[in-house]
Amino acid sequence: MATLELRGITKRFPGVLANDSVDLEVSSGEILGLLGENGAGKTTLMNILYGLYSADEGEILIDGVPQSFAGPGDAIAAGIGMVHQHFMLVPVFTVTENVVLGVEPVGPGGVINIKEAKQEVREISQRYGLEVDPDAIIEDIPVGIQQRVEIIKVLFRNAEFLIFDEPTAVLTPQEIEEFFGILNGLRDAGKAIIFITHKLKEVIEVSDDIAVLRRGAMAGRADPATTTEADLANLMVGRPVELVVAKGAARPGAPVLTVADLVVVDDRDQVAVAAISFDVKAGEIVGIAGVQGNGQTELVEALTGLRGVAAGTVTIGDKVVTHATPRQIHEQSVAHIPEDRQRSGLVMSFSITENMVLDGYYHEPYSRGIKMDWDQARAKAGELVEQYDVRTPGTEVAANTLSGGNQQKVIVAREFGREVRLVIAAQPTRGIDVGSIEYIHERIVEERDRGAGLLIVSTELDEVMALSDRILVMFDGKVVAEYEGGAVTAEEIGLAMAGAAP
Amino acid sequence: MTEPQTPAPDNGPDSASGSRWAAFMDDLTGVNVDWRSALLVPALAITAALAVSVIIIVVSDIELWREFSLSALGDAIGQAGSAMWALFTGSFGSLAAVSSTLAFSAPLILAGLSVAIGFKAGLFNIGAEGQMLMGGMAAVALGITIDIPVFLNVPLAVIGAMVGGGIWGGIAGLLRARTGAHEVITTIMLNSIAGLAVIWMLSTDFFQPAGRQDPVSEDIAVSARLPRLLGFLDRTDLRVHFGIIIALIAAYAIYWLLYKSTIGFEFRAVGFNPDAAHYAGMKVTWLYVSVMALAGGLAGIAGMTQINGLLYRASPGFAAGIGFDAISLALLGRSHPAGVVAAGFLFGALRAGGLEMQVVTDVPIDLIGVIQALVVVFIAAPALIRAIFRVKTGEEIGQLTTGWGT
Amino acid sequence: MTAAATTPAAIVVRTPAEIKRSRYLGFTYLFLAVVVLWFFARWSVDLGNFTFKLARPTDPSAPDLTMSAGRVTLIVGVVLAAMGGVQLARGFGKMNNFVLSIGLFLFIFAFLAWATAQSSIGAFSMVGMMKTTIVRSVPITLGALAGVMSERVAVINIAIEGQLLAGAFVAVVVASPLTGGEDPTLILGSPIGGWIGVGAAILAGMLLAWVLAVLSIRYVVDQIIVGVVITIFVVGMTSFLALRWLADNPELNKGPIFKSIGIPLLADIPFLGPVLFDHNIFVFGSFILVAFLTFLLFRTRWGLRARAVGEHPKAADTLGVNVYRTRYLNVIIGGAVAGFGGAFFTLGSVGRFDENMTNGRGFIGLAAMIFGRWHPVGAMAAGLVFGFADAMSQTLGILQTGIPSEFLGMVPFIATILVVAGLVGKARPPAADGQPYIKQ
Repeated sequence: MATLELRGITKRFPGVLANDSVDLEVSSGEILGLLGENGAGKTTLMNILYGLYSADEGEILIDGVPQSFAGPGDAIAAGIGMVHQHFMLVPVFTVTENVVLGVEPVGPGGVINIKEAKQEVREISQRYGLEVDPDAIIEDIPVGIQQRVEIIKVLFRNAEFLIFDEPTAVLTPQEIEEFFGILNGLRDAGKAIIFITHKLKEVIEVSDDIAVLRRGAMAGRADPATTTEADLANLMVGRPVELVVAKGAARPGAPVLTVADLVVVDDRDQVAVAAISFDVKAGEIVGIAGVQGNGQTELVEALTGLRGVAAGTVTIGDKVVTHATPRQIHEQSVAHIPEDRQRSGLVMSFSITENMVLDGYYHEPYSRGIKMDWDQARAKAGELVEQYDVRTPGTEVAANTLSGGNQQKVIVAREFGREVRLVIAAQPTRGIDVGSIEYIHERIVEERDRGAGLLIVSTELDEVMALSDRILVMFDGKVVAEYEGGAVTAEEIGLAMAGAAP
Repeated sequence: MTEPQTPAPDNGPDSASGSRWAAFMDDLTGVNVDWRSALLVPALAITAALAVSVIIIVVSDIELWREFSLSALGDAIGQAGSAMWALFTGSFGSLAAVSSTLAFSAPLILAGLSVAIGFKAGLFNIGAEGQMLMGGMAAVALGITIDIPVFLNVPLAVIGAMVGGGIWGGIAGLLRARTGAHEVITTIMLNSIAGLAVIWMLSTDFFQPAGRQDPVSEDIAVSARLPRLLGFLDRTDLRVHFGIIIALIAAYAIYWLLYKSTIGFEFRAVGFNPDAAHYAGMKVTWLYVSVMALAGGLAGIAGMTQINGLLYRASPGFAAGIGFDAISLALLGRSHPAGVVAAGFLFGALRAGGLEMQVVTDVPIDLIGVIQALVVVFIAAPALIRAIFRVKTGEEIGQLTTGWGT
Repeated sequence: MTAAATTPAAIVVRTPAEIKRSRYLGFTYLFLAVVVLWFFARWSVDLGNFTFKLARPTDPSAPDLTMSAGRVTLIVGVVLAAMGGVQLARGFGKMNNFVLSIGLFLFIFAFLAWATAQSSIGAFSMVGMMKTTIVRSVPITLGALAGVMSERVAVINIAIEGQLLAGAFVAVVVASPLTGGEDPTLILGSPIGGWIGVGAAILAGMLLAWVLAVLSIRYVVDQIIVGVVITIFVVGMTSFLALRWLADNPELNKGPIFKSIGIPLLADIPFLGPVLFDHNIFVFGSFILVAFLTFLLFRTRWGLRARAVGEHPKAADTLGVNVYRTRYLNVIIGGAVAGFGGAFFTLGSVGRFDENMTNGRGFIGLAAMIFGRWHPVGAMAAGLVFGFADAMSQTLGILQTGIPSEFLGMVPFIATILVVAGLVGKARPPAADGQPYIKQ
């Protein structure tokens, strides 16, 4: 019976108190759910526990003995294992190479004994029911299997305390069920587990005990047997949260976006979107649900002109834009909220003003000929910052000084800041705080009621279900199911997301 | 240059218009940089580099190695001291020295702008040397065939050099845009190819004067020469020519282009984040080509100033390593036109002073290459400066280039 | 609810990129065929025979290769045209690169046949050219290996040129004063002083690599910039010291040249013996290093960790692998390899140092690393290609083809551009290449 205890952990980053005197305890045979919204300090806390950061104050105890971790190596030696939110796997290595990395069985001359390693991987995968091919290359296997590799990695190092950081984010509902089975199996085998999530349903379903983190501090504890989602949400955000988006019935008009038999290939020249057809009408929100990596990214890139189309047609209004450039699409009054705001939505070292005119800089009033009119741009930026509630000291500060939520608001402001008839939004609320999420959802509904057609692509099933008037499910590059919003359960969609025939 | 209302605050702080100056300095490395530290770091870096070069001169004294004695050490230190003094007198010590400094500065500033504009757009142009050669050869080709009044012939030379260098730079841009070939490698190779091409061209009947066997061109027409600015003093040792004016005009034009025009906005957007630029509807591949062509054009003009301002004919080494100095120079100037101008004057002074140093003290002029490299090391790693001088400085330059994978 | 229409996914067989490249290749073959038929074949008809000599007077004897230039060029031209046709019609699939190398080989063969037949000599030493290929490839291969070691842990090493140049200088300056005078005993082809010179060159390479490592790892300076600056520094420093020391003291610039060692038995094989097994220690050293580093990188624990650091440093870090130490170590080992390669320029070749004598070989080595797909064996293969380009431009100079020597000198540089432009397809660098690792 082993016990892991955190006492008074405090961690400051410049300008931020990431962890404020946090206490936590978990024992063998127990699953502790650690709940908190994005930016609440969960990951920081776990990185301290794993030796990646050092705490400014507080201590870590194992069976009552204080520990000091200079690096992950020490934490691993102490029996702590972590399955990171973004898998820590080398994509070009085999499963076995990934598992043994850092603790390789070697023969004379430092030569790795790969046969012995493979044998051990097989044994672990059999003992815990984690089926996986030791010779498979990581980048060739699905994320669900990759997660198993991560778990095997941890078990290979004889971890007693297992930390799972947002493990369900990339899984289908069915894979999540499977994963919970594995989790229970590990608990029954005597492991102590910390399960980090921001999903209320999951934490209630699988945990033995729940701890809630808010703004870096422990907001409270809850018993999963008695608590409700609303209670937990209240605890997590500090106020009651609207779990549904308030919106009236849609009044669909003429189609603004028509997609016919669209085929798109990905960077590795594989078919990512396989002959998809659908439309989006004015005044409705169409949501695309699906597990990440089923062609949504390529679909959005093709619709917005960022990626070439292999076959099929795309029509906006009555104009065929199949092979249009991003600028030509932009000029069709299309707003595009990109999937990854830091990678493509913003130039992080540009000022807010510069980012506000990032796609409209070339026409009036922001420029005449090739001469920029920065006064106009600054005025517009000031206006939008005000209107869209971007929390910033001014319009001339760099985008990278803003929080994720405010960065996203800059993008939304830029894209909604002009008259648009079609909105294509990918992951519009990924990784931002609840306040910003609610705000952006309201704006999206507002655009709909103003008469724009909206295509929302999200891997957050809850988001798709809350916003959409119509839901399409993508699997393996195809639209495998279509539902009316509000007339379908998460389980039904989940089955379709997993590719089961509807 | 139709914007008289915005004077270029190129030199020294302009306290009268503090806000404009501050805004201008904000552009220097991006956003809201503390400009005091932006000037402090270069100053300390130069000091440190000169100090190290003194040590190099002393330690490399072969007499000291043969037989160590205090008097030999004294001699070595004396030599180092007089070398530093010669560096100064050769660059600022007299009217001729200042004139020489300015004459050297012109191609350095132009080539520095070439590299700097590349950095702003996320491209590392190591090819200024080759682009200078090609631009210079274009100017030679025009200069030996066309003889029209100077106020027409000089602009013609500028345009010809821009085209020549621009094509050479554009090739690298095109390769990057079309095939993803990394400009660092292609521009280095294009330098070597240009060097060989010049030797070949200088052996052709078109360029080579009748009766000569060595690789050298005919003299360009007198009307193609850049006028000497101090020509009215009628002294042959005052070499400063119109090239420095061209360089300053180019610096202002690049400043305006980068910060006041849509094209510059696109350049900088691509430089910081090509994905976002693509998302925003900019033609990233076309921008790579145009940035490299513009960079090549600037370097081409630098080559032209060497020919039409100083040498009046081509020989294989006429680019004189200026294209490589331009890299250090652009980094020292933090890729900002104003910084490039200041750094250009400094490097021009080093070249002018270095000549004097070699003549007077027998310390080889190659030392200035070492000094420049050291300056850049200290600039690029302000942490080193912090460690040496125990002062607070600004941030690191960070990542300016992209690796092979992208 | 309604199920949307679905179509089978077997739509795209050949991707646009593939088709495009296939088309490029097809037209390249046709172009080469035209060149061969229009120029070489037409001119060669009247030229009679050409001879490739497979042995020099001192070598183990081997018969000469004599053929009719007209016939050879005609056949090659027709074959190339056929290849172009097939390539355009349906491509060679996975065999593309193999076919490309055959096509280039045939073209070069026809070119040499013509060049030899038209020269007044009518013959040239194939064994000499192949030997030169190997010798010229050595610094490029070693430079590329230095790059491989460093970039496998994600540190871009563009300072190879500087490391080579420093090695060349240090080797001769250290070895020269130690080897003047009496006839010494040779150890593997060199007096002990030569070996000390090589050791010093290796140390110089390591020192520069250490600087590269400190600036790029500790001070997080842009790696390409650091590399360029180090090269500028070394060019300036060696020129400075060459003028300050060597100009007036020629005895400091007169190093021992490592002598060739014939490997018993193997060196006696006709043709292959002199080409492969009769060289100085730098050539054998590069062979051994390729094998050793391949073993190290792909079979040992150390190699697995190094590659992990290059692909996904954070993953390696979370597993307790010391990212920084691994990077330092690899970059410095790379520097040692480059320093050794630098010594080749002086002690392995001409015995004296000249300003900037590496003349861009380090940068070509960098291209060889990319061409060789970040693998030691690939690096050597690429080094041989560049060595061959070098050797061929030298041979053509001897044969007096009328092509200006400057154009021949451009061949390696143009080849480098074609290589990085992806003529041979794209390779994937280590995923984290060039990115500093910053620990929170």
